[in-house]
Amino acid sequence: MTQLLTSINNDHDALNTYILRMADNGLILGQRLCEWCANAPVLEEETALMNTSLDLFGQARNWLNYAVDRDQRLQDCDAIAMLRDERSYLNLLICEQDNGHFADTMARHYLFDVWHRLTLEELCHSHDETIAAIAAKSVLEVRYHEQRSRNWVLRLGDGTQLSHERMQTAINNIWPYVAEMFDQDQLEMELMAQGIAADQTIIAKQWHDLVAQTLIEATLKTPPESYNQMGGKQGLHTESLGIMLAEMQSLYRAHPGATW
Amino acid sequence: MKHIDLFNPVSLIGTDRGREFDYHGCTPSVDEVWQLLDLVPDPEIPVISVVDLGIVRDVRLNNDSWQVDITPTYSGCPATDFIASEIEQALTRAGIDAKIKTVLAPAWSSTWISTKGRQAMLASNIVPPLHDLDTLSCPNCGSAQVKQQNQFGSTACKALYTCQSCLEPFDYFKTI
Repeated sequence: MTQLLTSINNDHDALNTYILRMADNGLILGQRLCEWCANAPVLEEETALMNTSLDLFGQARNWLNYAVDRDQRLQDCDAIAMLRDERSYLNLLICEQDNGHFADTMARHYLFDVWHRLTLEELCHSHDETIAAIAAKSVLEVRYHEQRSRNWVLRLGDGTQLSHERMQTAINNIWPYVAEMFDQDQLEMELMAQGIAADQTIIAKQWHDLVAQTLIEATLKTPPESYNQMGGKQGLHTESLGIMLAEMQSLYRAHPGATW
Repeated sequence: MKHIDLFNPVSLIGTDRGREFDYHGCTPSVDEVWQLLDLVPDPEIPVISVVDLGIVRDVRLNNDSWQVDITPTYSGCPATDFIASEIEQALTRAGIDAKIKTVLAPAWSSTWISTKGRQAMLASNIVPPLHDLDTLSCPNCGSAQVKQQNQFGSTACKALYTCQSCLEPFDYFKTI
């Protein structure tokens, strides 16, 4: 199975690559959030983080099932989620970054949530009916995630001197991973021309307006333009992903097909 | 035709409702199948049925086989597979051979919860989804002095509140 997956890693059609990008964003960020289980600052936050993670896993499952339906070689959703190697994951780099402290997690979450919500809203009008259906289902949940992470950015940014400093540093640290969300490669341009993929040029503008507004309200500064790290969508990841996958996949690799 | 065998351990598996329906050797009407499904409880909120919750979208007979379309409330709802198997068991027990299909479109919305379902929720101290959160009041004492404890609650579909007047914690079924 592993060999099979490796052999077809770079052989997805354009649409399946796009679907896997959406799937992996949910899968990888969902897994990251799980690391807060039994570690969150308060019980309520833990429930909220785990529920958010559950939504993201559910969405990832819908995307993965669609990819599997379209390409029988992928066999099943669990195998494709658990048995790929690092280079075959196509998530945005922002999703795999370490949790850090609570402000780091919330800064990452908010910047991603706004992009995720705007992208899903666009995808509700996709000419591909299944993509539109999955997006319509997901967007209702993601709006709720965005509300929550935005509230935390406001609360910590406009909080005590310490929380303000930590949230500002968190925003600064995650900023180099923002540009990748709007970076469209040839594949996305082609799917966009067919009315299937979301138009990131429109989304980029809306995103920057919304985030700038939130940061002002949170008494935070928008970081200046600097170096942008890209490559996640093409399978070129940061160091964090491999370490996370080793843990995420260990059980499934030791007991293939395990269920609970 | 009522058949409940309390001494058979199999009776304890899955729902214990809907056993008065028996369609072995005959074909029920679409309405009768809906009535049967209305006895299958939601596993997380057992006071309301999967029909009340709006999970069952369509019931139809294609030639000789039944198809039941269901839709998950939340994408990650861990009960989705369980609900599908509960429905299948209830139908099989009644002698109805059906295929359960999960559909994603149109996306489930909390407005699909029936009036009967909303009343049953409220009776068990869960506030049903509201258009305007400002109208939220305590299901125990009716006070409007309520405080959100958490945007998420005991399940993905609920948020946790506490009444400031009677101090009773309660669930609010989120509007989506």
